[in-house]
Amino acid sequence: MREKILNLLYNNSRITYEDMAVMLGTTKDVIESEIADMENEGVICGYTTMVNWEKTDTERVTAIIEVKVAPQRGLGFDKIAERIYKFDEVESVSLMSGGYDLAVTIEGKSMKEVAIFVHEKLAPLESVLSTSTYFVLKKYKEHGVTLVDQKKTEGRMMITP
Amino acid sequence: MRDPLSKLIRTIPPSGIRKFFDIVSEMTDAISLGVGEPDFDTPWHIREEGIYSLEQGRTFYTSNAGLKELKVEITRYLKRRQQLVYSPDDVIVTVGGSEAIDIALRAMLDPGDEVLIPQPSYVSYVPCTQLAGGTPVIIELKEENEFRLTADELEEAITDKTKILVLPFPNNPTGAIMERKDLEAIAKVIIEHDLYVISDEIYSELTYSGEHVSIASIPGMQERTILINGFSKAYAMTGWRLGYAVAPSRILEQMVKIHQFAIMCAPTVSQYAAVEALSKGDGEVRKMRESYDQRRRFLLEEFSKMGLDCFTPYGAFYAFPSIKRFGMTSEEFAERLLREQKVAVVPGTAFGACGEGFLRISYAYSIEDLKLALGRIGEFVRTLN
Repeated sequence: MREKILNLLYNNSRITYEDMAVMLGTTKDVIESEIADMENEGVICGYTTMVNWEKTDTERVTAIIEVKVAPQRGLGFDKIAERIYKFDEVESVSLMSGGYDLAVTIEGKSMKEVAIFVHEKLAPLESVLSTSTYFVLKKYKEHGVTLVDQKKTEGRMMITP
Repeated sequence: MRDPLSKLIRTIPPSGIRKFFDIVSEMTDAISLGVGEPDFDTPWHIREEGIYSLEQGRTFYTSNAGLKELKVEITRYLKRRQQLVYSPDDVIVTVGGSEAIDIALRAMLDPGDEVLIPQPSYVSYVPCTQLAGGTPVIIELKEENEFRLTADELEEAITDKTKILVLPFPNNPTGAIMERKDLEAIAKVIIEHDLYVISDEIYSELTYSGEHVSIASIPGMQERTILINGFSKAYAMTGWRLGYAVAPSRILEQMVKIHQFAIMCAPTVSQYAAVEALSKGDGEVRKMRESYDQRRRFLLEEFSKMGLDCFTPYGAFYAFPSIKRFGMTSEEFAERLLREQKVAVVPGTAFGACGEGFLRISYAYSIEDLKLALGRIGEFVRTLN
């Protein structure tokens, strides 16, 4: 049941408890208590809106930064990760396998703002050995949703047997 | 000039759905719950395989009965999903399930042979029977039996000319299914009267109460069954035009002969894509089924809220609500609903005279679309009350 609820919410976090109950063949009470439990347990961490910023007047720049760090004795990567993810500018931080350690996504108003953050805040951190910054030029798909406008093709006919 | 048309074709009326299609086409702002195909796109990995096969230059005919690789996958699928054991030589790949229906009837019928066709059901069984020289005999299914075929109904329709029973479950337009016990009961009658079954199982993957059971899996039935299935509904591949039949070799050989002369072979690109679908598509089928099931429950809940009587369908993606209490024919109801609320549904009569008093409502639509359309249907029902 939980997985089914999560799948529905993942695709549409505005879906109502009533609709979910009907679609999953259960009661509103069950849905409500499952969701409350999952919120308390931290399974559900929040409800957000997907925005295609390119269609707004807001200037926004996204950069992905590969960060190599020196892990600290007894703390591993967690401590340095925390020092990075506490910054408001940081959208996401993940520990990676492979050629570098932390993948950091930064959202800023401009390239300059992102550059300043990297130079002044991120790179100087003691355990950070190196950074490589990549600016996002265009987003095609996010959270399973295609963001670029797709050519409307002729769909299904109105009535078919 | 001489009349160019055959006497036979002149006796066959156009599909009942055609008339309604023409009315709907005039109304560009109507929303529709009238579609008989999935709203999903074909999963990308399947489409990708189609593209790849074009890039590879696989643009030639395949052998008449279909790609060996695909026939093997079909037998694996039937084993995996329905515990049926067939050899690749028992398979013919066709242009949709509809071609399989046509050539099965043509391979088996002599003038005067009777074909039992339960209705309401898909629009092609009757005309294909007539074109093959057979005589269609309609069995009118009843709502109180949840539109299942009972052994008594079958027994009653059998004469000494009866040769074939068409078994269309899960059913379009009613959404009815046949469970194992139902099939066992009719299998007994079929064996007793030495009949054959054309089992159209195109909606087999869209079953929402337990697993679909094929009549071919009932003891003694495999040698009497032409099992038809395809890729349109389960894999959302309607436009690829690909289906298949498995049948006893004596029948299959003759089906291949007709197919060889009339069609040559099913589209090659589609066949390669279908290999991908069968070998790697189970996950998507499951997801789509889950999604249809959610919509099905949603639709039934909305019907009950607005006071539209509907038996619970457990298959395909249709509901078949009754509109008998409004004192209108199905066509009147559907036409008024279209003109007054701009929602297109299909009158039950498009699927046989006994569909009178019912509507076919498809739930192959997103929840948002369903909400909008059902809101309007609810509004229409309120004005009638």
